[in-house]
Amino acid sequence: MNAPMRQAATAGTPVIAVENVTVRFGGIVALDGIEFDIHEGEILGLIGPNGAGKTTLFNCLSRLYTPNDGDIRFNGTSILGEPAHRIAGMGIGRTFQNVASFSNLSVRDNIRVGAHSASRSDPVSDALRLPWVRKGERDIDARVQELIDWLELNEVADLPVSGLPFGTQKRVEMARAMATEPKLLLLDEPAGGLNHDEVEELGKLIKMVRDEKGVTVLLVEHHMALVMSVSDRVVVLNFGRKIAEGTPEEVQKNPEVIAAYLGGDE
Amino acid sequence: MAMSDETMTGGASGSAKAAPVPKGRAAAAGGKSTLGQAVFVILLLGALALPFIFKNFTIFQMTMLMVYAIAILGLNLLTGINGQFSLGHGAFYAVGAYTAAIMMENLGIGYVWTLPVAGILCFVVGFLFGLPALRLEGIYLALATFALAVATPQFLKLTPFEHWTGGVQGIVIIKPDAPFGLDAVLNADQWLYFFTLAVGLFLYWLARNLVRSRTGRALMAIRDNPIAARSMGVNTSVYKATAFGISAMFTGIAGCLGAIVIQFVAPDSFTFALSVAILVGLVIGGVGWLPGALLGAAFIVFIPNVAEEISKGLAGAFYGFFLIAVIYLAPQGAGGLLRALVAKLGR
Repeated sequence: MNAPMRQAATAGTPVIAVENVTVRFGGIVALDGIEFDIHEGEILGLIGPNGAGKTTLFNCLSRLYTPNDGDIRFNGTSILGEPAHRIAGMGIGRTFQNVASFSNLSVRDNIRVGAHSASRSDPVSDALRLPWVRKGERDIDARVQELIDWLELNEVADLPVSGLPFGTQKRVEMARAMATEPKLLLLDEPAGGLNHDEVEELGKLIKMVRDEKGVTVLLVEHHMALVMSVSDRVVVLNFGRKIAEGTPEEVQKNPEVIAAYLGGDE
Repeated sequence: MAMSDETMTGGASGSAKAAPVPKGRAAAAGGKSTLGQAVFVILLLGALALPFIFKNFTIFQMTMLMVYAIAILGLNLLTGINGQFSLGHGAFYAVGAYTAAIMMENLGIGYVWTLPVAGILCFVVGFLFGLPALRLEGIYLALATFALAVATPQFLKLTPFEHWTGGVQGIVIIKPDAPFGLDAVLNADQWLYFFTLAVGLFLYWLARNLVRSRTGRALMAIRDNPIAARSMGVNTSVYKATAFGISAMFTGIAGCLGAIVIQFVAPDSFTFALSVAILVGLVIGGVGWLPGALLGAAFIVFIPNVAEEISKGLAGAFYGFFLIAVIYLAPQGAGGLLRALVAKLGR
């Protein structure tokens, strides 16, 4: 009830406020009272060894899981009451760990689906191709073309996604996520399966998303070099708890972080 | 999965500043697919000339071909576009057919009005069936729809409904004549042929628009990756139930037309075999390729006759042989085969 007021009153409201989020699967505590904020225009890295709870937290943010305890606020408003399909419309876009493309659709149509929540239509008007629907399609096409140009996907724009190289599919996913017109972009291990050069490209791309489109980014990632080079701040999870938070330099010197990663999978 | 440049990409057509499609040519492929347009024009001219060349039985057969094509088109929207299975579309066909029969013979309403009523009724029935079906995937959904197909003829025979349905006897429908003094030029068979052709073209236009629209993309996104679709803001439950409704609507309208053309409805016309025939037509024509409905319908109308001519006693076996042969030679249906050929010739 007072959420909109709070939002208006405090200009410094974080884009995302993760408040005491706890997730239990049966007897296992996957996340234990996680707290951190993401501020506007920030690239926040979220790291941790395997099983630290990164993906669980990610799924809470995209509303695939509901925490047992705690709250997640987006611009001051709790998102936990919203169904998963409403999240994109609120301004939270995401990509998937191992690309989740619409594989039979063309690159262009994949990105067009991204524009779903930012456009309107109904089956009857669509079937009759009413003038307002055609105008809506032109708007979508213009936006999609802009993203295709921006991410240099012109050559493959009308090919089905399924046959494209992995790195290209990841860019398509990024374009699709950007078509939701997000204020916050959630990236789930985007470097997975990419080679060295592609990871470097990805780093540039993430910075472009923030610098050119003004999108706040949460980067969940294994790839240390990538996280440390693009993040403004880093949050470290281990066994479902937050063990460190700070700039990449601070985090890298943190003894608990070093201990967590020693003998770990890195 | 089978996809065509014409119906699916939208990429090609939509982006090319999609020159507004003229109404009459609506079913032609859009944008740059001139081959598709040429084929469409030739087919349409052939279809227009056909009733003046052939005898009434052939006209009747071709009318039924179009009726089945509409039914298959409906199933294609559900299975090919949205990725949901149905072994029960015969049930929606039956609802459409009985709607026509009851409205025309019991209530004395003109046959033209039976189409929208059957369409809306079947949309509602399909949508309502689609809601619980949301919890079922793949083969489980196939089983649930199978149950629908098996139950429907029984319901039509029930004594309490006999006053309306005619029970086991069914209902005989009187064939409508051509209106507006056209009956001087066209006999009833020819008129029904053109009527079905017009309805079919209109429905094809609707289906094609739908597939290329925001709604269609949402349906295909759900088929390809439901979780990603949801993350892009697609309300998957609503769209899946709607797909069921729309699909049932098409198939119901086909049933409605079919009843008028055959002039008779009875429970045993709408057994599980009909549902299977519609599914066979879908697979033969090409799952996900809308024009394939015509080829699939041709198969289910003509191949049983061909099989019977080869051998009365082994008609079923020959039908099975043809079916396996087509699946073997064209695993993606006729649509996949045609596109492979065109691609080969084009290069």
